This record gives sequence, C-alpha cells and structure tokens, in this order.
Amino acid sequence: MSLERSDVEKIAHLARIAIDEDKVESYAADLSKILGLVAQMDAVDTEGVVPMAHPLHMSQRLRADKVTESDNREKFQRIAPQTEAGLYLVPKVIE
Amino acid sequence: MFEQTISELSAALRAGEFSSVELTRAYLERISQLDGELNSYITVDAEGALAAAAEADRRIQAGDTSPLIGIPIAQKDIFCTDGVKTSCGSRMLDNFIAPYDATVITRMKQAGMVMLGKTNMDEFAMGSSNETSWYGPVKNPWDLERVPGGSSGGSAASVAARLAVASTGTDTGGSIRQPAALCGITGLKPTYGRVSRFGMIAFASSLDQAGTMTRSAEDAALLLQAMAGFDTADSTSAEEPVPDYSATLNDDLSGLKIGLPKEYFGEGLSSEMAKTIHAAIDEYKKMGAEVVEISLPNTHLAVPTYYVVAPAECSSNLSRFDGVRFGHRCEEPKDLEDLYKRSRGEGFGDEVKRRILMGAYALSAGYYDAYYLQAQKIRHLISDDFTRAFKEVDVIMGPTTPDSPFKLGEKASDPVSMYLSDIYTIAVNLAGLPGMSIPVEPMKGLPAGLQIIGNYFAEAKLLNVAHRYQQQTDWHRLIPEGYGA
Repeated sequence: MSLERSDVEKIAHLARIAIDEDKVESYAADLSKILGLVAQMDAVDTEGVVPMAHPLHMSQRLRADKVTESDNREKFQRIAPQTEAGLYLVPKVIE
Repeated sequence: MFEQTISELSAALRAGEFSSVELTRAYLERISQLDGELNSYITVDAEGALAAAAEADRRIQAGDTSPLIGIPIAQKDIFCTDGVKTSCGSRMLDNFIAPYDATVITRMKQAGMVMLGKTNMDEFAMGSSNETSWYGPVKNPWDLERVPGGSSGGSAASVAARLAVASTGTDTGGSIRQPAALCGITGLKPTYGRVSRFGMIAFASSLDQAGTMTRSAEDAALLLQAMAGFDTADSTSAEEPVPDYSATLNDDLSGLKIGLPKEYFGEGLSSEMAKTIHAAIDEYKKMGAEVVEISLPNTHLAVPTYYVVAPAECSSNLSRFDGVRFGHRCEEPKDLEDLYKRSRGEGFGDEVKRRILMGAYALSAGYYDAYYLQAQKIRHLISDDFTRAFKEVDVIMGPTTPDSPFKLGEKASDPVSMYLSDIYTIAVNLAGLPGMSIPVEPMKGLPAGLQIIGNYFAEAKLLNVAHRYQQQTDWHRLIPEGYGA
C-alpha cells in the first residue's frame, strides 16, 4: 500500500491540517512505510474474533443528572486566543 | 542528600536533620547547575516549589507523618497544573497555562509533595527518544550523545541525574518503561484504569496510563499509593480496592513462577542484552523462583496493531486543538477553515502530524474495517496470549528494550525503525496489563532494563518482585558520572 500526493492532501484536509507544499512527498513516503508495517495484519485470520475496544471490559458508569460543576467561564476564557462578552471569537462564518 | 530515597528523606525531614525548604533549595540549585546540558525540564517552578516546601515544613512540625510530605518531585508536562504552563512538549500548548489540576497532581499536593517543575517529553507523548519535543531533545545522563528514551524522557533523565527525587510519567506504548530502562531507573506502568487520567492530556485513551519513575521499587510503592484509586472524573477509572503496596514488598519469592516468552528472546534482541537479562533472571532462581518458557505467539503483531489503534485514537483526541478556545492560533486567519488548518499545521510537529494523518486515514470511509476493526480484533488475540500465560505463571519477564540507548539522530529520520524500538513494551498496553522496568547490570557503561509484566491489578506483586531483586543487587544505586553528590 503506498500513498500518493493526492491521498495525503485529501487526508490532511479531513484532519484540517495545513501541510507545507514541499513536505507532502515526504509525508506520503513516511505514511506508506507505516502502512507497510501495518500490512502485517492482513494475513491474520480474525474470523469470529470479537473486537477489543478497551482493556477492562467495563460498561460506562452513569451518574445522577445533577449540576456538579461550578462556573469557571472567566478562568477558562483567560487563556483563549480571542473572546468577547463571554464568547469565543472566530472569523465570520455566516455572511 | 541527593542519594537518599523517599523513605530516607522522609525520616530525615521528620527528625529535623534538614527542612523541606532546604531540601527543595538544594534540588533547585542542582537543576540550575546541571540541567542546561540535559534539558530534562521544560519549566522549573522555583517559587511554587518553595511555597509548597514551606507549607510541608509547617505540616511536619504539626506532627503530620505522611510518607511523601516535603519530598521534591518532577511532573511530566502532560499533567495539567493549575497556574503553571502545561505544554505537552508542543508548540501548540506553548502558551497554555492550565486552569485546573490533574487528579494525579491534586493527590500529590494533598500528600504534601513539592513540585519542582514540569519535565520535557516527546510532543504529545508521541515518540521513543524525546527528539520530537518542541523544546529540544533531552540528553541521556549516562552518555550525552545518546537519547534518554521517550516519551517520558525528561522524567527519566531528571531522576537518573538526581535532579528530582522521583517523577511521574505516562505510558501509552512503553513511554515509562523504555526511558526508565535507558536511563537506569525504576519505572512502573500500572494496570489501565488504576491511576486517574483526568487532567492528563490524552493521546490514545484506551492505552494511556500514568505511573511512577523512581530510584527504587520501594519509592515506587510509596508514590503509587498516593496516585492510585478510583476517580469519578475519569470515566474509565477502575473501581478496584487499592492495597497497601509497601506491606508486601519483602514477601518471599520462593516458588514464584516466572514465564520467559520465547518471542522476547529471539531475533532483534542484542546478544549483550540477552546476556544481562539472563543474569538477572539467574538472580531470581537463587531466590527460589521457578523459570518456565512460555509463548506469546502474537507478539510480532503488537507494533502493527498499535500503529493503527493509537493513531486512530490520537486523531480523534487531538481534534480539540483547533485554535479556538486555547493553545496556538495562527495570525490573521482568512476564514474558519484557514484558522483550523494553519493553527494545527503550525502548532503540531512532524511526528504528531504523521500520526494524526495515519489515524484519519485508518478511520476514513472505506478503510475502517481493514484497519481499525482488524486491529481491534488482533488486539483481542494479543490480550488472549497473556490471559493464557497467566494461568501458568505469576509474572512474565524479559528485556524492556532490544538494545542499549541509541544515539541522538540515529533513528530520527525513519519513523518505522523508531516504532520497532518499542517491540517488547507495546503489547502490555494493548492488553491493559501492569508492567515495570528495573535496572540490571549495565552493558559497556550504559543502562539496561528488565521488564516484569503482571496480571491485572497485580502492582503489589510486581513491586515485591522488583524490590527483592533490589535487595540482592545494587544496579539501581548506580549514578551516572558527573551527577554524583
């Protein structure tokens, strides 16, 4: 399995990561090598094996639907790149 | 002072031989003298440390006898620390002052420990050499041309060089055990879920686990005691009782059944490493342990499986770094998509980007079954190997790494060869088991680690097995040249 330039550009868009033009080739080469390593999985017969998502086979705990957190908005927004009136600012999305 | 263990320092503090403020000052002084070259710390918090030490001294004078009170510790820079920069080794979080404490940090504060600072690490814990850190590589105190291992490389180097009494680490594929082995210290990765992940910046959530990096198993027992336990703030925290880890350290090992997986002693293992590991195992035979050969037949699939599971989880976890609420934001974004793409493109380094891309690919439409689902199935086969083995043996032993620490730059340009250096540690994370690395006889002056793997929640047994070896040998007391007292 080897990845082309266009594959890397497509995945980078899906992951919302800008990749420098002159580095796309080296990402394609490295990712192809990793896929080569991962290809060892292809030969394994896993018919009937249950996928293991988690080591402890536990189920998700539930809690009462009550407010447990206090309001820390000011503290959390102090480290934000740009805020106004308690809101996070981003470039205009809707014209 | 710098050669004393936690329990020795604790006794000295209570006896009034020196105060925690004096001890802390001495460590801070040592860091400023010696860390310029090692680069094991990203942030040193002298002011916070001295305030915590003064508070510890007040508690000691008031008669508090908690065993960790007043002991200086270094925290891996992956744990959020309220009011202190928490960078995770990344440019993305270079400006991030955490607004709250991780549970691990809270518990250590409650125990009265003094945080000296935050240690250097591979970016977002993705690496095996500490070379992916935005803050530059950490050097191995045993040989400054070599890597300390990773991702908890700063934590390992700081303890080895006596720039902290102990430190914390996290282990997703070997990130505590491998640097512990390469720096000649004692590293413990507990069972998945044993220590809370709350406030520990997530890499691969079904694999990540926090643990201890210390000079001895005895110190590890004290530290784990403070860290372990159920936490409602972590949805995968284990509701298992926490035993007294120090109480069983001296238990007799006669009749202990040790399994040696033949796959851990085959091709790829250096002959010198094989020799030093066998010598350590002979020491256990002298203590009355019984050694049997076992097989973990799916060992060769652990690295390939991990490099689907971990990147998939990382690509999902790291989507939170988007330049909106915290962390790096690019200059003058022209629209929201540009803001996301450039903030992430600038904020993440190459290895992190590679793993996010790999994960996004494995999870993308048309590839999910072939990669992620197949990897999860093989993960089950790997886990079953251990379940079968633990029906026959009490612990599994083998090398932590295939060879001694490699040189800086040696594997930096080939990600796959770097990945393969974790071949003996990764399967333990996939299964969620506890594992340790303890120093054994060095090879040509460079450290080597014996890995001890236990059954689920068998940390007390691992610590017992490690401690008895450290009662018989002095390898864990060796100090790198130039870092002695």
